[in-house]
Amino acid sequence: MKNNKVFISGDEAVAQGVRLSRPHVVAAYPITPQTITVERLSEMVEAGEMDAEYMHVESEHSAISATMGASAVGARTFTASSSQGLLYMAEGLHYCSGGRWPVVMMNANRSVALPWSIYGDQRDSLSLLDSGWIQVYVEDAQEALDMIIQAYKIAEHKDVLTPMMVNLDGFILTHTYELVEIPDQEMVDHFLPAFETPNKMSFENPKNLGFSSRPDDNTEFKYQQNEAMFNAIDVIHKTDKDFADMFGRKYHGMVEEYMCEDADVVLVALGSVCGTVRVVIDKMRAEGKKVGLLKIRYMRPFPVEEVKDLAKRVKAIGVIDKDISFGYEGTVYTNVNSAISQIDKYVFKSNFVGGLGGRDITKAEIEDMYNKLYAGLENKSEETVEFFSLNVESND
Amino acid sequence: MTKVLDIPKVNAKNMTEKEFFYGHKACAGCGGSIAVRLALKVLGERTYSALPAGCMSAVGFIYPQMAFNSNAIITTFPGSASMAAGIAAGAKALGQEDFKTVVFAGDGGTADIGFQALSGMIDRNDDVLYICYDNEAYMNTGIQKSGLTPYGTKTTTTPAGQNIPGTVTHKKNLFEIIAAHDIQYAATASIGYPQDFLNKVNKAKHVKGASFIHVYASCPTGWGTPTETSVEIAKDAVDCGLIFLAEYEDGEYKLNRNPKEFRSVEDYLKKQGRFKHMSDADIQCVIENRDKKWERMRKNWL
Amino acid sequence: MSRPKHTEYQIPQHINDYPTGPQYDAGFLPEKNAGWRTFKPVVNHDECIYCLRCYLLCPDGTIMKDNGKIKIDMDYCKGCGVCAHECPKDAIAMEKE
Repeated sequence: MKNNKVFISGDEAVAQGVRLSRPHVVAAYPITPQTITVERLSEMVEAGEMDAEYMHVESEHSAISATMGASAVGARTFTASSSQGLLYMAEGLHYCSGGRWPVVMMNANRSVALPWSIYGDQRDSLSLLDSGWIQVYVEDAQEALDMIIQAYKIAEHKDVLTPMMVNLDGFILTHTYELVEIPDQEMVDHFLPAFETPNKMSFENPKNLGFSSRPDDNTEFKYQQNEAMFNAIDVIHKTDKDFADMFGRKYHGMVEEYMCEDADVVLVALGSVCGTVRVVIDKMRAEGKKVGLLKIRYMRPFPVEEVKDLAKRVKAIGVIDKDISFGYEGTVYTNVNSAISQIDKYVFKSNFVGGLGGRDITKAEIEDMYNKLYAGLENKSEETVEFFSLNVESND
Repeated sequence: MTKVLDIPKVNAKNMTEKEFFYGHKACAGCGGSIAVRLALKVLGERTYSALPAGCMSAVGFIYPQMAFNSNAIITTFPGSASMAAGIAAGAKALGQEDFKTVVFAGDGGTADIGFQALSGMIDRNDDVLYICYDNEAYMNTGIQKSGLTPYGTKTTTTPAGQNIPGTVTHKKNLFEIIAAHDIQYAATASIGYPQDFLNKVNKAKHVKGASFIHVYASCPTGWGTPTETSVEIAKDAVDCGLIFLAEYEDGEYKLNRNPKEFRSVEDYLKKQGRFKHMSDADIQCVIENRDKKWERMRKNWL
Repeated sequence: MSRPKHTEYQIPQHINDYPTGPQYDAGFLPEKNAGWRTFKPVVNHDECIYCLRCYLLCPDGTIMKDNGKIKIDMDYCKGCGVCAHECPKDAIAMEKE
């Protein structure tokens, strides 16, 4: 294979992935830290490197509405957003998945106001977990590029026809430069066939789309949507394999395990923090501690089987949440916990909430989490939900 | 832009026999459905219709009854203009030619919640004809006040009582707001003057880029008028000067109809349940507002 | 076909009988609207001058041109009376069903 490595940011890697996927229509509204992606795409359109209609929409709501419109005539589409912009799209996200339009979106994970913060956490996309989109979280720029290409293949699959959101941690991934391999266009064309869908308007076969359904039928449409999301699981695995066969990079589908084979204590996390966790694991493993990582790649569909399988093998599971559902716990934890509850075994669990509004999650903090899991296991403690990086004393 | 004279006129005699809005569940005598039906007959088979939440989408797409006999889609409420723009862009990118994308949105869907997207669509000059059928309130949800509800109107959110005489604001000046975008073509119309409406749709059909028509469309249910008078009342509105027929083209306003005398505003109002409560002073306020508007139009647009 | 016609709808028996997402054939009409009607339009063809004002203004598009005569699709006429009211020759009468 040709070696075509370039030093680019995560946002730029996304733009490269989009270019290679040849969308017909790109509609996006700028928001930090997504902006570099849409700037690069605009440049590519200007330079003739991309044959797409670039729509300068006046809001995120219009970005998602325009991409849905284009998808509804059978065009491949891309949009990108973050934080407040993603929330402004919220109506459209539900609309798009219900309409079964396989729009692909990049979301630069960013904190949600108030207070204002342009920096990263995952409260934006996790608060929209129920909007019916396939959600994948990536760990580095290469995975971001590769997942944009895979996203089209997964979302547009006839058994799926569901939109897909590729999530990158704001700044940590979007703005960090890495060496990224740019796949060959011909190979991508071969990997990603043209978009075909029965769910479109055409002059050969005129249709009415986006209709209303009475209570007699509404449940069936929602059942069908849920079924499509479950269908995505097989398609995700197959796509991962096909991608690895063609491009040599494998991401292991729904989750990726690191040092879990013989692990006693495992942390579960999404996105870029996984890189830091791996470093801590290497250190603790050298000290003889059997620690591991479960990197959840897909939050929807949720890797229930993978989590159950892990829980059967380990003694303690901690979940890092760059997110909090106020009045309860982190959303990733809720999901993991629900899967674990399906097996008949005691596993000590803990939820570590932090990294909010761009606060770094340090190696020391991660090591501390593993140690707390060991301690909890030993003392048979009650499970806990803990804000792990408060800078001040709390009232607890 | 194609010269008007070059466009063959569409009228009742020569228009397509094909119906594109049929079997819908609109109230009997619905003025909005007259506007949609006629516009689609002018635009023809190769049309994509986009409709936000509102009467025409609510009555046209109740699965499995599909009342649009050509391509049509319900859009997000605030995003009809953007979704239509996306349709136009997608179809163009796929190499389709010789088609039109049209929005049919109500007064609330246009002047209120859909306005931002509409402004963006015109700014980008997307190849979309946006038709606002104005029945002067949120009718689909049960007659609530919108930005185009006229002064004095009784709606379910502007009840007329001892303290407040119904709606206390005047209609937003939608036509001039749209024209202020320097849009290629904008017009006002009324289903009471159907040939004028057909002509304007026909003209807009030949615009490459954004165009806009604001058509006055009666609502017997919301207005408290007999179903058979739907066209007559929409004509009365023009004849008494509360609704005007105009165009904005190549940067110039044109008043299509400039009657020497207006018919009685009071007669027009008193025919409708929604205005029955209005006091003489309130009617006078409506007339004064009308006169001011006409003075300005006659000074600037003739 | 100038107008969509009433079509039988097969009630789905299996989830796969549903369309993929909310999309269906344009102009598919399993229901008629005739039941809404209290008064029906009756045309006096001797008086009718075939000006087509009724054809133009019918909110439901139910008036057809039929070899120089107008004809009404009674499956979809709701009986609003616009045609009768707008007729310059009073050639359409609204009669109780």
